Amino acid sequence: MSLLGKLSWSALPLGQPIALAAGAMVVLTALSVLALVTWKGWWPVLWRDWITSVDHKRIGVMYVVLALVMLLRGFVDALMMRSQLALAAAGAPGFLPPEHYNQIFSAHGTIMVFFVSMTFMVGLMNFVVPLQIGARDMAFPVLNSVSFWLTAAGVLLMNLSLVVGEFARTGWLVYPPLSELAFSPQVGVDYYLWALQIAGVGTLLSGINLTTTILKLRARGMGYSRMPIFCWTALASNLLIIAAFPILTATFAMLLLDRYLGFHFFTNELGGNAMMYVNLIWAWGHPEVYILILPAFGVFSEVIATFAGKPLFGYRSMAIATMAICLLSFMVWLHHFFTMGASADVNGFFGVMTMIIAVPTGVKVFNWLFTLYGGTIRFSVPLLWSLGFMVTFVIGGMTGVLLAIPPVDFQVHNSLFLVAHFHNVIIGGVLFGAFAGYNHWFPKAFGFTLHEGWGRASFGCWVVGFYLAFMPLYLLGLMGATRRMQHYDERGWQPLMVVAWVGAVVILAGIACTIVQLVVSIRTRDRRRDRTGDPWNGRTLEWSVASPPPAWNFDSPVVVNGRDAFWTVKNGQEPEVVDASFATTAAAAPSPGRAGHGDGADAGDPAAGARPEPSVTVPPPSAVGVVIAFFAVAFGFGMVWHIGWLALAGGLGIVATVLRFSWLEREEIVVAPEALARSAMARPAPGGAA
Amino acid sequence: MTVVPSLAVLQSGVLDPQGPVAASQRLILFNASVIMAAVIVPVIVLTLAVAWWFRAGNRRARRRPDWAYSGPLEVLVWSVPLLVILFLGGIAWIGSHELDPRRPLASEVAPLDIEVVSLDWKWLFILPRAGVASVNHLVVPVGRPLRFHLTSTTVMNSFLVPQLGSQIYTMAGMTTELNLRADRAGVYPGLSAQFSGDGFSDMRFEVEAVSEEAFAGWLAATAAEGRPLDAEALRLLERPGTTGRERYRVALPDLFGSLVRRHGHGAMPGMAASASAPSHPSHSPHAASP
Amino acid sequence: MSGMATPSTAVHGGAGTPRHRAEEVPRSERGPAPPRVVVTYGFWLYLLSDIVMFAAFFATYAVLRTHVADGPDGRALFDRSKVLLETGCLLLSSYSCALFSLAIDRKARLASYAMGGLTLLLGGAFLALELSEFASLLAQGAGPQRSAFLSAFFALVGLHGLHVAVGMAWLVVLLLQIATLGFTPRTVRRLLCFSLFWHALDIVWIGVFTIVYLGAFS
Repeated sequence: MSLLGKLSWSALPLGQPIALAAGAMVVLTALSVLALVTWKGWWPVLWRDWITSVDHKRIGVMYVVLALVMLLRGFVDALMMRSQLALAAAGAPGFLPPEHYNQIFSAHGTIMVFFVSMTFMVGLMNFVVPLQIGARDMAFPVLNSVSFWLTAAGVLLMNLSLVVGEFARTGWLVYPPLSELAFSPQVGVDYYLWALQIAGVGTLLSGINLTTTILKLRARGMGYSRMPIFCWTALASNLLIIAAFPILTATFAMLLLDRYLGFHFFTNELGGNAMMYVNLIWAWGHPEVYILILPAFGVFSEVIATFAGKPLFGYRSMAIATMAICLLSFMVWLHHFFTMGASADVNGFFGVMTMIIAVPTGVKVFNWLFTLYGGTIRFSVPLLWSLGFMVTFVIGGMTGVLLAIPPVDFQVHNSLFLVAHFHNVIIGGVLFGAFAGYNHWFPKAFGFTLHEGWGRASFGCWVVGFYLAFMPLYLLGLMGATRRMQHYDERGWQPLMVVAWVGAVVILAGIACTIVQLVVSIRTRDRRRDRTGDPWNGRTLEWSVASPPPAWNFDSPVVVNGRDAFWTVKNGQEPEVVDASFATTAAAAPSPGRAGHGDGADAGDPAAGARPEPSVTVPPPSAVGVVIAFFAVAFGFGMVWHIGWLALAGGLGIVATVLRFSWLEREEIVVAPEALARSAMARPAPGGAA
Repeated sequence: MTVVPSLAVLQSGVLDPQGPVAASQRLILFNASVIMAAVIVPVIVLTLAVAWWFRAGNRRARRRPDWAYSGPLEVLVWSVPLLVILFLGGIAWIGSHELDPRRPLASEVAPLDIEVVSLDWKWLFILPRAGVASVNHLVVPVGRPLRFHLTSTTVMNSFLVPQLGSQIYTMAGMTTELNLRADRAGVYPGLSAQFSGDGFSDMRFEVEAVSEEAFAGWLAATAAEGRPLDAEALRLLERPGTTGRERYRVALPDLFGSLVRRHGHGAMPGMAASASAPSHPSHSPHAASP
Repeated sequence: MSGMATPSTAVHGGAGTPRHRAEEVPRSERGPAPPRVVVTYGFWLYLLSDIVMFAAFFATYAVLRTHVADGPDGRALFDRSKVLLETGCLLLSSYSCALFSLAIDRKARLASYAMGGLTLLLGGAFLALELSEFASLLAQGAGPQRSAFLSAFFALVGLHGLHVAVGMAWLVVLLLQIATLGFTPRTVRRLLCFSLFWHALDIVWIGVFTIVYLGAFS
């Protein structure tokens, strides 16, 4: 075995002009960014304040940045696919041969699900949840950094496949037997599997982190029914992550064992069973889509309540519906393969279960409607996205219910009708929610609001573009067009494909507007400074701190005694007199947020007797996340190309880093009282900007 | 490329059913769409109307800033979707049984057995009783129930003729079953609906429904003129690549059964051991539930 | 924040009434939990996720265990007495681990080293027996490449063995940390997590023992 395993010069796409151009562009962009950062001398600040940060707010922002960058990459794939299909009718070959086209749609799906949707939602939850529950940070800040960097490692590894080697040609879920070595001997499937195994560890750790944070670090007085609804949906989503992602890890591990060690889980010979893979992957896959949509639902709940100036209608119903969706999402997985040959009883059962899950979703839609009713609605950009969601998502939900009827699915399974459905709910739901959250919480993160006009333009383009791009696909699916076609015989389908292509171009304009919005907003930020911390007249705790918040979030331990705590305080409803014991026990509460850092002594029940108020501390930054990720990329790359020494070095590097870190005494940084005083004085009393 | 799309192009796929299965599926599709539309169209209209009416600038709107709960509405909001879904769920349950691919179509005429094998990247159709086979082109008699037995020699595919009805996966080492019927003479496009690799888009075939006499004539002609489908011809067929149409005289005993058994698993839960399977195993794989 | 109830506490009011006596305060409203609770809770969640991962391998084993591809099945291959011995070692190691936890509670160094070492020994015995079982299967040509059944067997049992090996390595590190850092609160929290892990592995093994080894003879 050579020193470089399977790697050779032929791994570079020198003979394929399009792949070469794409790879060169990515490499050049990356190098330019690195050069710019070096030339401007930003490395020390970047390293200290971002790369090694364990602050949930910084990490949340980095997740969102990663998601937006990957949105560009995934969208380029989409544009290429639409262009190919607009051209390749009735014998015309288009410009993308099958070997290339098959990688493009596989990459598109993988990127959009794992590295855009997941990353965006995790980023929003990271940023917002600790603030909303009155905590100083997540339960495990260093683990948070590790999670982010492992995700970034997965992204890097996957993007390396653009330049060195190739990506999977199997679709975004790499079904066997096609993904087995016999039918996919190239490295593409291995890139996919290792990138996602690495990123998957990050996601699982993040799920544990957020769940622990929500369940164990809420501020004093914030019982479950006083928690913002976004935290409920975040909780449900992260419980699903904990319950579902291990299945993905296990299934990919089995496929890796088949490919690397000649096992026979899913092969065609010696007893392998590809149907087992299909069941396992969708047992993960269905909860995954709820992992994506539930935080988006939470965003919409917050945004609609805020910009209608009313509390969320039916809070308890919403919470129950959220947890019902969480539970039911594990009982519907078979609807992804009604056509695999299960009996009528089995198909019927899963069809009915799938429809039942539409009920709590319907309840949510009605509750949003009633939240709007009687409100005083301001058509801010986040609210526009929410209205767009309410209209668009229900159409996707309708087609989902249609697909849940097995005999209908027997016709349109794997057709463009299906493609239209899931883009309908993911774009209309997850992506619109991502943009709503982005516009809504941007001022909190950066201290100035985004430009409204460009925000509206982006929204308009996305809505128009979405309908143009995907309504024709519904029709094409009913006409018999299947998914993943690289060309088709029917000349009559081409006009619809062209309309879809136009839609993609309009969406491109929408993305361009978002980029322009960001640039313009930064340039003119002084005009839109958020000086009160509450630019929207918000209802929840994150609006009660400065924009951007200090590293420690809250100057003193938070106590709440109701829902929408910040809103009622603003509106003059001061709490009842708080008696001395309550104040004392509140003061005696341990530093809200974080555990396992420094040698903070474990208090028993914090209500047990008065203690001097602890000083405000923040955990020091840590390079362990980025270093582990570095070694993870080395490990992954080594495994993909069968470079034994590199994989071993990467693995040992991870172990060594963890060991080294575990011996470190990490003292929390005490926030100086002057800094606290400055923070308290800097903000006027909240009056709420209208 | 036509600039103005002709509406005739809409007459394809499930929108233009040519057999009872596809016709039932189209009916269910339309009915369910109407029922769902009756729910979501008002929701969409209400959303836009309510948002507009309660905009901040509207002085006529009566604001209710504390209205956050209503018991009766709660009941309505849970029960309306539940009722709609129960109704549609009933349709789903009944439809799953009536249109179960394995369910034979009621008929006085005996069904025609057709064995289907998906290869990389072509479709092989075997008519076992007549001892003929064809590639990428299937001729069937109008009005006779068609009983398909399907397998794959390579990766998963999905056999689909939208104008006739349901699709079903083809998987190595397993046999799936499908029952369809063509009620009118015509040529109906077929395809694979499960991505299977670089030649996937070329896995197109045609089902030609003809009269019984024409069908008998085609059988005879194929038996006489078709090349022998022997081990060598099979080996050539199995080479990855696409082909045009082919016709064969089957020259291998129990061709379909042997192709299934090549990847047979040994005993599977709920299935008879494939080693002793007759040439048309009547079992079908049940989705394994983890 | 100005305008709030007391200068040292930010109190955010709402529709509810503040509760005054500690006993009245429901657990969900008592505020952030202390680090020990948070850490062990998070670790529990990790253990649950690990059990889900094992569940996927169990499910796969259940489906593939009849796919012997005309090769040997469990009945022909498994040596129940050796497995019984392995089980005994692992269960005893859980007992020694419990004694280990008690020693840590007492902050007794020597007892900790002794019980920790015993746990290592018993875990090592388990692994040695398991590896010898694997070696003998491989020698008979019944390796994981032979059939889907054997793939599922080696993966499931091997995954458990891998967890045991990692646990042992972790224990060594923790013993070193007791020696070098002492019984700091952080070290004690880690030791608590370790014993949760070790006991969970025992529970998974009960599942393996029952479903794989006993199940082959049913």
